[in-house]
Amino acid sequence: MTYRHSEADVIAPVQLANLQLVELVWLVPLLPLLGFVILMFFGRRLGEPVAGWLATAAMGGSFLASVLVFVGMLGLEGGESGERIVEVKLFDWVVAGDFSVDIGLLADPLSVTMILFITGVATLIHLYSIGYMHGDANFSKFFVYLNLFAFSMLMLVLGDNLLLTFLGWEGVGACSYFLISFWFTDEANASAGKKAFVTNRVGDFGFMLATFLAFFAYGSIEYGEMFSGSAIPAGTATAIALLVFVGAAGKSAQFPLYLWLPDAMAGPTPVSALIHAATMVTSGIYLLARINPILAASHDWAPSLIAWVGLFTALFAASIAVAQDDIKKVLAYSTVSQLGFMVVAVGTGVYVAALFHMITHAFFKALMFLGSGSVIHGMNDDQNMKRYGGLAKLMPITAGTFLIGWLAIAGIPPFSGFWSKDEILVGVYDNSDIFANKVLFVLLLIAALLTAFYMTRLVILTFFGPPRWRDEVTGEALIESDDELPVRHPHESPWMMTLPLVVLAGLALVAGFINLPFASDLHFLGNWLEPSFYFNGHSNEYHAAAGGGTKLTLAVIATICAIGGIGAAWKLYFDKRGGTGPDAPAIMAQGWGYDNAVSNFMGGPGSKGFDALAEFDGKVLDGAVNGVGKLIQLDGSFLRRIQNGLVRSYAVLIALGAIGLMVYFLVVST
Amino acid sequence: MSAVLAANVGFPLLPVLVVLPVLGALVIALTPSTRPDVARAIALSTTVMTAALGIYLLWNFETSNGTFQFESDQSWIESFGISWLAGVDGISLWLIVLTVLLFPLAIFAVVPEHSPKPYYAWLLILQTGCLGVFVALDLFMFFVFFEIVLVPMYFLIANWGHGNRHYAAMKFFIYTMLGSALMLVGMLSLVWLHAKAPGNELTFDIRELAASDAVGTNAARWIFLSFAVAFAVKVPIFPLHTWLPDAHTEAPTAGSVILAGVMLKLGTYGFLRFGLYLFPEASHYFAPVFLTLGVIGIIYGAIVATMQKDLKRLVAYSSVAHLGFIVLGTFSLNSEGITGGILQMVNHGVSTGALFLLVGWIYERRHTREIAKLGGLQKVAPIMAAMFTVVMLSSIGLPGLNGFVGEYLILVGAFVAHRWWAVVAAAGVILASLYLLWAYQRVFHGPIDEENADTKDLNFREIAIMVPFIAAIVFMGIYPKPVIDRMEPSVDALVMHIQDNVDGFDEPVNEGRKGDGWAGVQAANEAANGDDEDHAEDDE
Repeated sequence: MTYRHSEADVIAPVQLANLQLVELVWLVPLLPLLGFVILMFFGRRLGEPVAGWLATAAMGGSFLASVLVFVGMLGLEGGESGERIVEVKLFDWVVAGDFSVDIGLLADPLSVTMILFITGVATLIHLYSIGYMHGDANFSKFFVYLNLFAFSMLMLVLGDNLLLTFLGWEGVGACSYFLISFWFTDEANASAGKKAFVTNRVGDFGFMLATFLAFFAYGSIEYGEMFSGSAIPAGTATAIALLVFVGAAGKSAQFPLYLWLPDAMAGPTPVSALIHAATMVTSGIYLLARINPILAASHDWAPSLIAWVGLFTALFAASIAVAQDDIKKVLAYSTVSQLGFMVVAVGTGVYVAALFHMITHAFFKALMFLGSGSVIHGMNDDQNMKRYGGLAKLMPITAGTFLIGWLAIAGIPPFSGFWSKDEILVGVYDNSDIFANKVLFVLLLIAALLTAFYMTRLVILTFFGPPRWRDEVTGEALIESDDELPVRHPHESPWMMTLPLVVLAGLALVAGFINLPFASDLHFLGNWLEPSFYFNGHSNEYHAAAGGGTKLTLAVIATICAIGGIGAAWKLYFDKRGGTGPDAPAIMAQGWGYDNAVSNFMGGPGSKGFDALAEFDGKVLDGAVNGVGKLIQLDGSFLRRIQNGLVRSYAVLIALGAIGLMVYFLVVST
Repeated sequence: MSAVLAANVGFPLLPVLVVLPVLGALVIALTPSTRPDVARAIALSTTVMTAALGIYLLWNFETSNGTFQFESDQSWIESFGISWLAGVDGISLWLIVLTVLLFPLAIFAVVPEHSPKPYYAWLLILQTGCLGVFVALDLFMFFVFFEIVLVPMYFLIANWGHGNRHYAAMKFFIYTMLGSALMLVGMLSLVWLHAKAPGNELTFDIRELAASDAVGTNAARWIFLSFAVAFAVKVPIFPLHTWLPDAHTEAPTAGSVILAGVMLKLGTYGFLRFGLYLFPEASHYFAPVFLTLGVIGIIYGAIVATMQKDLKRLVAYSSVAHLGFIVLGTFSLNSEGITGGILQMVNHGVSTGALFLLVGWIYERRHTREIAKLGGLQKVAPIMAAMFTVVMLSSIGLPGLNGFVGEYLILVGAFVAHRWWAVVAAAGVILASLYLLWAYQRVFHGPIDEENADTKDLNFREIAIMVPFIAAIVFMGIYPKPVIDRMEPSVDALVMHIQDNVDGFDEPVNEGRKGDGWAGVQAANEAANGDDEDHAEDDE
């Protein structure tokens, strides 16, 4: 296919109308940008709750615009025709020498899928935030950042070149920094924000180099021009792909750069839901899917490497999630782990499965983060699950919706997570181009089992069993305890908070049906996305060859694993007397010591090395300069007379010296 | 064409532009010392008038013209071939605009603690010196202005600076003066060698000198080095940078703004105008040295900045890193790198100028620059924090703000020409985020103690001063085209000049595009896509 704006081929007025709808895509980022600008200048005056409603309206408008674009695109011919790939150029951005990049938007099935779920989820979370941020001194500022974030995220997925994607990429990073350190008076929050930004910059370093190399290899970094010709040499493609992957590992929290994400939970919970679960952290997956022709042109080992890094991250993070007591930390490590699943899918070449899981994950993980926010509100901002318990009866909507999210992520049919995870498993099982794919498959199953296990633990400790706290009103406690029980007054949240929960729960329940494996007609998402992976006469998407029987067997195995994980957790952690079950080894709770190792290095040898260099600058380099000065000063009384402090006479001396030198120089050189 | 324009202008724009500030200084000298407000008013109105002239110049600048415009030629010391020879091209245009805008803002921003009369006079003389350097097309005239700037800056630091000001001022003066002494030698040698060749006259006109082939390769390399040392001190390039942290830190706020914003560019501008242009072969020959030193400066400056305990010193060291980027772009010797370098000169002037203003205002309020004694300021001074954030992100190189465009073009240019240097330099991008965010965290975030709790937020005047900075930061980040378009023809001409004068050197373009790979792609594009034309049409 070719990336082009196919107006010339379109004759029928209906189709022209559709194309015009798609070309409205610039509205999608513009609305949150307007919201940002208005709130930046007038937010404080608008105050609570108007500022929040305005931001939510901007997001809602953006969602409607996305739907219009989607409808328009549905009216264009799909498949291999290339009609559904529309570029909208706005203006020149950076043009110098041979380098030229514009501000231009690319609407294709991939980006339209992204903007639909980004604006949809973002609207719900904006709404939720009106309730959640109630009473905060910086209420309007929160929405300033939130709208700016949405704008950056939309530019990231809509940019028609690597540099514009990079603009969004760094923009979401900056917003993430603002929002993590939103409650900046707490030192820990400020540190977490900085850590997120700097760690992401390590990844961005890779991304930047990838853009240089892409410019070098293709002569352009516009996706359309990059991908509409013959392939580049495999070595170059491999280098670009892996450099992009370094960037993706930063943003999408893959090993070894995932460190910032658990700390990022310091931010307000809606931020965790929107940025650190549903949208920003998936941008690495998006980018890898976007450059699928480069991945396809790489050496075979590159996708395998990506898949294995994803697998390692999935297992590693799942094992840490098992041992966390902080409800948000469990969800954070769970996000890292689920992102690992998506990276496995990208590496395996099943891009549709990666995006499918990205979408379902956005729904159920955002749902669970928002649910956890509701719980944390009810528990006087305590995040330790060991002091929860029995909340199902007191917070029925929160609990009910959360349970749907739980079943979805655990992979119980027919909840959405089951379908998307199954697609990844089938792809991995089937694609023997990937190094040791059967081993990968088994390990991925174990990660899935662990997922079911730790999520069940979370659900039990939070919602079931007797309360491990004392009711504020009645003063009653249901369990005996040596310690003083914390006093709590759990309550259901207001409708602004529960409505998004209900909507997301509905989506988490049914989202699996957008891509059913039973027949190719039911593979809606796959068919829709096809044009984005179809280049030069063939598709870069790996189509699993496995028959129906194999697929069914794999699905049954996956379901058994999920049930096994749930059962095991239930047996270990469900305790009528109010116990909290066995503790995992401390090393697991501390993330296998990796975070500490890095911190210790940075605080120890790293900072000592920096200090040594600063010392060197002052003592050695500057010392030498001062030494020369001293030497001259000490050099007898004759010179002292010349140093009369008159700048004018220095100038004369220097001029005389210069002329002398010149004469000497000319005599020597000629 | 430029002659026509000059005729239209009707008066000698460049001479007036250069002389106006010094006239202002003379007028200030005539005012009574008892009326500091008059001196301030004169200083402000003079710089505003200069700024208006600068804007007029920008307005009448021909975008697609790569040669010198607004030329003025007045013989001066005829027997030595020295003349007042001035002109503006795309390389100097934006530096002039930066200079004329930065001075009034710096003057407006700060009121000196004592002796306002000489303070304003020195600042105005300084502006004349800087403008003179940027318009000079005559080597001697350039040298005079290049040296003149030292005197006012010396007195500004020594008389209105902070604690260790005498030491810093003397160090600044002697260090940079010694550098220039060598340049004078080189300059005279160059002119002499040129004049000695048959058919040549004695001239200091750089255009004639650049076109001359009277200087042998070897001699040119030596003379280039003598220039390079002077510029390297001025930039400054590692390891000749140690005057900078002292001078920047001890200078009064306006002095720091001008030092960082304008005066460091005298060095980088010197490299472009008098290094690359006069000695293309030598520049090419020595490029690896300067690329290496530039990269070292980027990493080294950032690391040393990270560990600074004084906020102003931290900003000063960040300049070492930023100027390293400019050197890297310059010695990439291609359009992307040089354009990025010039852009970054302007960007650095804007963002570091703004940073020094903000740090100065913090100092005015808290009487300390020590990072450890500050903290939690965002709570009591949210507007200051917000402005600091934007400027900081510009300095970090966040896309969408000005710093990114320049830095990125530099890195692209360097990558195409010398891949591994660019790879190392790009790591500086990580470090920049580290030292600035860490400083921000310690100064603005965290709990606030009693001493900081009374810190006042920016007042109306200060906000008004920051607005143009922020506007420039955002505008040049989103739409740098008008800026780049005006420098591009001159940069291309310079790159062509280098290509023409260096044997076996083409602008180091992307090999992929020249080799089979890209040819294959193009062929495939042309063969496969009959719809290439659609593409072009649809782009409209």
